[in-house]
Amino acid sequence: MRPLTYSRARDVDDALALVAAGPDSAFLAGGTTEVDLLRAGVSRSGHLVDINDLPLTAVEDRPDGGLHIGALARMNDVARAPGVVHRFPAISRALLQGASEQLRNMASLGGNLCQRTRCPYLRDGVSACNKREPGTGCAALDGPNRGHAVLGTSDHCIATHPSDVAVALVAFDAVVHTVGAAGARAIAADDFFLLPGETPEIEHPIGRDELIVGIDVPGTPIARNSVYLKFRDRQSYEFALVSVAAAIEVDAGIVTDVRLALGGVGTKPWRAWRAEAALVGGPATEAAFRRAAAVELADAVGREQNAFKIELAQRAAVRGLNQSLKGIRS
Amino acid sequence: MTSVGTPVTRVDGPAKVTGAALYSAEITPPGTVHLAIVGSTVAAGRVTAIDAAAARAAEGVLAVLTHDDVPAVASPPHLLPSLLGAAAPGESFFPMQDTVVHYAGQPVVLVVAHTYEQAHHAASLVRVDYEAAPAITTIDQGRERAYDAERLFAGLMPGREERGDVEAGLARADLRVDMSYRMAANHHNALEAPSTVAVWNGGELTLYESTMGVRATQQTVAQLLGLPVSHVRVITHFVGGGFGSKAMVWPHTTLTAMAARIVGRPVKLMLTRPQMFTSTGHREEQEQSIALGATRDGRLTAIRHDKLSITSLFDDWAEPATGVSSQLYACDAYLGVHRLIKGNTMTPTFTRGPGETLGMFTLETAMDELARRVDLDPLELRLRNVATTDPRGNPWSSGGLEECLRLGAERFGWSGRNPAPRAQPDGDWLIGTGMAVAAYPMAFFMPPQRARARIFADGSATVATSTQEFGTGVLTMATQVGADALGVALSDIEFQAGDTDLPNSTAAVGSAGAGMVASAVHEAGTALRRQLVDLAIGDPGSPLHGVDPASVTVTAGRLTSSDRAGATDTYGELLGRNHLSDAEATGTWRPPPLDTPHGLLTFGAQFAEVAVDPQLGLVRVRRLGGAFAPGRVLNPLLARSQLMGGMLWGMSQALLEGNHTDPRTGRWAETNLAEYLVPVNADAPEVTVDFVEVHDDVVGPLGAKGVGEIGQVGVAAAIANAIFHATGRRVRSLPITPETVMEPTPAAAPT
Repeated sequence: MRPLTYSRARDVDDALALVAAGPDSAFLAGGTTEVDLLRAGVSRSGHLVDINDLPLTAVEDRPDGGLHIGALARMNDVARAPGVVHRFPAISRALLQGASEQLRNMASLGGNLCQRTRCPYLRDGVSACNKREPGTGCAALDGPNRGHAVLGTSDHCIATHPSDVAVALVAFDAVVHTVGAAGARAIAADDFFLLPGETPEIEHPIGRDELIVGIDVPGTPIARNSVYLKFRDRQSYEFALVSVAAAIEVDAGIVTDVRLALGGVGTKPWRAWRAEAALVGGPATEAAFRRAAAVELADAVGREQNAFKIELAQRAAVRGLNQSLKGIRS
Repeated sequence: MTSVGTPVTRVDGPAKVTGAALYSAEITPPGTVHLAIVGSTVAAGRVTAIDAAAARAAEGVLAVLTHDDVPAVASPPHLLPSLLGAAAPGESFFPMQDTVVHYAGQPVVLVVAHTYEQAHHAASLVRVDYEAAPAITTIDQGRERAYDAERLFAGLMPGREERGDVEAGLARADLRVDMSYRMAANHHNALEAPSTVAVWNGGELTLYESTMGVRATQQTVAQLLGLPVSHVRVITHFVGGGFGSKAMVWPHTTLTAMAARIVGRPVKLMLTRPQMFTSTGHREEQEQSIALGATRDGRLTAIRHDKLSITSLFDDWAEPATGVSSQLYACDAYLGVHRLIKGNTMTPTFTRGPGETLGMFTLETAMDELARRVDLDPLELRLRNVATTDPRGNPWSSGGLEECLRLGAERFGWSGRNPAPRAQPDGDWLIGTGMAVAAYPMAFFMPPQRARARIFADGSATVATSTQEFGTGVLTMATQVGADALGVALSDIEFQAGDTDLPNSTAAVGSAGAGMVASAVHEAGTALRRQLVDLAIGDPGSPLHGVDPASVTVTAGRLTSSDRAGATDTYGELLGRNHLSDAEATGTWRPPPLDTPHGLLTFGAQFAEVAVDPQLGLVRVRRLGGAFAPGRVLNPLLARSQLMGGMLWGMSQALLEGNHTDPRTGRWAETNLAEYLVPVNADAPEVTVDFVEVHDDVVGPLGAKGVGEIGQVGVAAAIANAIFHATGRRVRSLPITPETVMEPTPAAAPT
């Protein structure tokens, strides 16, 4: 691992100042991804500013039925908070199906949102990768790409966004709060993750010296029947082949409201806006779910090894909507 | 009271769970510095330039070594399986002798620094330029170059096995089953990374090495360095899993010794997880096909079994896939052919259940298909074809297959199975069951095995041989065998191992470790017991003076005679009376000759229940049941763990494990445990292990046949057969992943 220096921030202002002071400084939260990337030579940080002393660990129920989650709240603490379990079961389930028990005890929610793709070409330090070294190309386009994305891809990058909880957060319109030298910002979760386009190295609309301080999730009753389903080769400790966050509200057999987001298939946590639009006002039937899923995946681009995900994602979406519906009826 | 056969818990358990057990990389002699290896990023070509200036200038760096610095090996390595007891390089190649690159990951630069982190950081600063040449790393790339292998395994085994007329046998068959499969490469992924600590003392070398064969390491390193074998000592206290990856001796070990000699300090190497995919071999990518001819009542008339695989440029290596398929069933016409493609990979190597796990996958899924075609229960089809002798007409050294099939079926609840596919829906899932035979060959290529037994006047005793504990439980088992042979209590005897200074035993490979160690220890303990009994009989001061030696038994160090009731002596008193501080004896076990007139297979039966989600392609194994006939079971607790571990690996082989090279670069695509999948606890189903104990006089004095690999054989076939039973579809590749199981078009769930 490259030589590093380290300091520990006392408060948010201190952390911002410390990171701003060094051109290769970065925040260090749980470290579960960051240290990996440093070891792999992908992260080029030379100075780490440890933010674990900052008072950003709260998980609070908000009066509107929503949540506030501190950026340093650990995955396991968030997953098991009663307000999360009852108000947003999909968020809890997404967290518990991510990583391993040990990692969940360390990894923070803010860090989770900033985790980088598992694309092996990013991490091997050798192959062409526009995320690691812009302009070198994308080795995954024609290489082993079973795990790669089919939604939101570009000719420059097809890397999958790995987070589970981010899928649930975009489904429920979470807002990411940051602070930086220019002050505080509130960014819709869906906007917090950028499509690769021609600049896959830019993954979030925040600066290197801008710090995530918390995540708000607005109250929404539909979330109480939400589900998060994750499908993968093995039953734990693996990133999703496809995952789905789903919640549905039905009145007299007609869909009145719906949330649907997909993981494991997109270059960002994928809010299925088009499927939602296709469902609202229509019948809550499997055939309608199937049609809506097909609308969402209509523009998906499959490649040699990952084309199966286009169909798999649709079946998973239908499964998720059915389960949420079953939850309402039971 | 005998200890052998009882479920003694591991003697090294407390040391392992408290961290007191030291693995090779945890041993740090004073002054130890650290080695990092830079591997080639191209799979073929040559090194054109190395810029090591930045690395040399980095903090803590002692040396950056290239092919210009690494000495020439004293004699070129020649691949030889470590079971033979001689030098056992994993490939007939040694790197850093020139600029030529034959495979990705081949060592090209060594960096030695004061700390591990410094060494790895400096290694990342080395710039190597290559002139890359086209590389062949997949079967598809080299298919047109395939050739028939004359001999495999350094000439030990024929590439082709033939008896009778297969074409005639297929022609006269009432029906024929053809199956073909593509099987991805596998990597071992032991938890402990291969590690070496090399310490020179003058012209003598001590290695602390993560190996399955201390003697193989000693001889290989001595040969490559041109040292007398007596000047190389290898010590291995504990190994965190081998599975074949540490059965052979790979270049990194000798490179570490070379680096230590150059820098004049003890040098420690621990491979990184990604390097574990390019440093110790692998189970090669392969294709297998089989043709079965059978009569309408399900009797085999011909078997043709073909394997095509990719090997290195240096060696004709193939896992032998036909050792069981050529013997298991009574069938007059058999042809087994291994074809090879030379490519830019390391020489592949032993990977648990080498050859036979995939060979049996092919045979046993074909038998399942045959059962369907002749409308017989798969179990009945096996029973109808079981061979009662080996193909030469020799009796099995011990059998038990029929008993395993019947016991396994009973315990699993096989009878009454509805053979129709897709007959058992369960919500989104389809349930299926499948079975397969397990069988694994025994090979007696090893030289005589020696052990030493020693007893002290205070009654405490030791038995010793140079084998090493790599998780199998050999320390516990050998302690039990030694206690029984010598006639002392388990608490009074200690088994010493893991050091080439101890009497010779061969690398613990080929499911032979337990048999070899147990036999040698038994012979040593028995020899010492006889020596002490003779001493007592000849001792006028002993109550047993003059009795018939055959009348004497020894239990817990106490000698009694059936000819002289009430007379007792003890080892301690006997030695004390004779003014002896200790006594010792060496025992030697000679394996049966290679032409022993016996069939040599270990048998078992595997059963599996799976749930398949046909929409999403998910397969979950709900139950595995195995029944095995491993001769005498030396310790049922250890044997069960070994077999259960093998069965879980079989599940992993069926559903999870597969590695691929990127055909454009020749580099492995999956080089960590997030990408290369092995099962986690959540994947582990209910596993049942049952024993059929069979008596075997041929395989050694204790009649133990080994449980290291048989547990894995047949599991993948049983699971694949269960998937067929659940879904009505056969997947033609391994691992069986969701995209291969998913129904291609949306289908209504069966109701």
